[in-house]
Amino acid sequence: MSILYFLVQQTMFFSIPLLIVALGGMFSERGGVINIALEGIMIFGAFTGVVFINIVQKSGSAINGQVLLMLGVLVAGAVGVVVSLTHAYAAINLKADQVISGTAINMLAPAFAIFVGRRISERGTQQVHFEDWFRFESVPALGRIPVIGDLLFKNAYLTTYIGFLILLVAWLMLNKTRFGLRLRSCGEHPQAADSVGINVYKMRYIGVMISGFLAGVGGLVFVIPTSREFNATVSGYGFLALAVLIFGQWRPLRILGAAFFFGLLKAIAASSSGLPILKDLSITAYFYKMMPFIVTLVVLTFTSKKSQAPRAEGIPYDKGVR
Amino acid sequence: MTELEKKKGIAGLLDMSSALSSFAAIAVGLVVGFVVLLISNPGNAVAGFLTLLSSGLGDLKSTGQVLYYATPIIMTGLSVAFASKTGLFNIGASGQFILGAYCAILVSVKLAFLPGWMLCPLAIVAAVAAGAVWGAIPGLLKAWRNVNEVIACIMMNYIGMYLVNYLIIQTVYDQRRNITLAVPRHANVPTLGLDQLFRVGNSPSSANGGIFIAIIGAILIYIVLEKTTFGFEIKACGYNKDAAEYAGINSSRGIIMAMAVAGALAGLGGALLFLSGAGKGIDVVDTLAQEGFNGIPVALLALNNPIGVIFSGLFIAYLTVGGFNMQLYNYAPQAVEIIVSIIIYFSAAALLIKGFIQKIGKRGKEAEEKGGGDE
Repeated sequence: MSILYFLVQQTMFFSIPLLIVALGGMFSERGGVINIALEGIMIFGAFTGVVFINIVQKSGSAINGQVLLMLGVLVAGAVGVVVSLTHAYAAINLKADQVISGTAINMLAPAFAIFVGRRISERGTQQVHFEDWFRFESVPALGRIPVIGDLLFKNAYLTTYIGFLILLVAWLMLNKTRFGLRLRSCGEHPQAADSVGINVYKMRYIGVMISGFLAGVGGLVFVIPTSREFNATVSGYGFLALAVLIFGQWRPLRILGAAFFFGLLKAIAASSSGLPILKDLSITAYFYKMMPFIVTLVVLTFTSKKSQAPRAEGIPYDKGVR
Repeated sequence: MTELEKKKGIAGLLDMSSALSSFAAIAVGLVVGFVVLLISNPGNAVAGFLTLLSSGLGDLKSTGQVLYYATPIIMTGLSVAFASKTGLFNIGASGQFILGAYCAILVSVKLAFLPGWMLCPLAIVAAVAAGAVWGAIPGLLKAWRNVNEVIACIMMNYIGMYLVNYLIIQTVYDQRRNITLAVPRHANVPTLGLDQLFRVGNSPSSANGGIFIAIIGAILIYIVLEKTTFGFEIKACGYNKDAAEYAGINSSRGIIMAMAVAGALAGLGGALLFLSGAGKGIDVVDTLAQEGFNGIPVALLALNNPIGVIFSGLFIAYLTVGGFNMQLYNYAPQAVEIIVSIIIYFSAAALLIKGFIQKIGKRGKEAEEKGGGDE
């Protein structure tokens, strides 16, 4: 049983950031803007979030760990919004190739984190450390529920619950509000949206900014449970989140399923040497590391023909074009 | 895009505006880079920036290093440029590159008993084949099942990286250094005396004959694209897939072939880097090969023109060497990546700059036609 609990807890650490970032990508793409920069924005968010936490922890303040984490999440999200604005400007105003401006951000982010990291860390290394003030041994009351308590409320981080909250809000926003309907219309047929008075540029900007916020948050949420330092990388999670988004067919609940599927594969890869059953199979750890990517390709092979991608995705909106 | 517009007949103006927009992007990138240096350490900024700009030609050895660094990124740049002629964005050059590199090393280590004149070409052929396979897979998925090639390529990058790490450990692993076994000397691409030509005192550079292979490769790709039916078909698929189909071109075949060639080019780049005689091996770490991604700015700056790729590759390599030397002034070499990423960002926005230049050009013409005066 304890192995199962361990695997579920590990899966959470890997799934939640994928969920958050893929939901971010969803807002951008449902509005019609491809955001391949998720990886880079995650790095920006994680870097500034960790630096912020590092500074506060070093200052000797006696701030509550959970409050500090929440502040860090907000910092990471805010930085994500700022970075995403550069992508939005290129994609919406300049009508640039969206894949290329995203690639630029992906290239900039690790270079920026290393360059600045070396400047600000005491020993001149690029790693930025932080202390784990955030882990719950057990959530009060809830942690004592049999089975479920062990699965979900022990050895956990506040960020897990934030992830589920974001899912709920994202689902409501996209499907149950006027904003969601308008955003989706801009991704499907911007000319039609414009003809009924929706400001396509504005909606797309908001979509990209939400994706920036969530990608920034996702970056920090990825680093906190899995490491004690930030080393200018989020291990391709931004790209994986893109795959989750497509796997999840741009819909919140399917994205949830896809994120947990990938998270489980990742958790298995990370702990394959520690799991007795898998250890006995003596399959190389590299195989488990490859699995999520191979599975993505296979799934895409079978689903891409009837893909439900937003129609106008990746096409800059030009008022003059019919 | 640019190719198509060129065909429309306003060639001169567009060619100029395309080149100008690249130069404008470079200028903006350099200015931002200087500002970054200023903010991070104002005292050394001017000296550091001058080192960045000049040290690639500072001495002969540095110039040799520029040639050495340019070789693989010219190849990956060609790879990205070639795929984009079919309207595909080959972000998978990294995986194709590392597969090629691994196969080149594998062949040269395992068949070391062969004489150099057989071994080196054989290693290169293995790399080209491996890269072609790795590139053809996303092409196949795109043509057959409409899988987004960007996502497929990204997946292939990670699969390739883990696969190569696994295979290295199984076959050509130097456990002590966590790296591939050293390539036997006679497997390397001949230096043609370039290392001794470009040197400082007794210390030779890593320059070698690979740069000529890269340049010849670029010229061949140019010929293929401009002078052959295959090249024409590929470009036709890129401009308008439906029109190409209507004209009797098998667009699926075009897509697969284009990606295979792109992969082959990136794979060749992998061979040329690790058969350079510089003593480099593949580190067994979970990091994607950067040379593949550096092909993207190289191709973009060259506006996907194969001949232009030679020059943009040399330019990025020149900056890279400058970045290394800039460490003398206590700047991390990542400053170069920051500059290059800014350049990409603005070359993505090239359309705007180009449109702006064209507008000015048009206005000038209109003004002339109307006999000057109003706009």
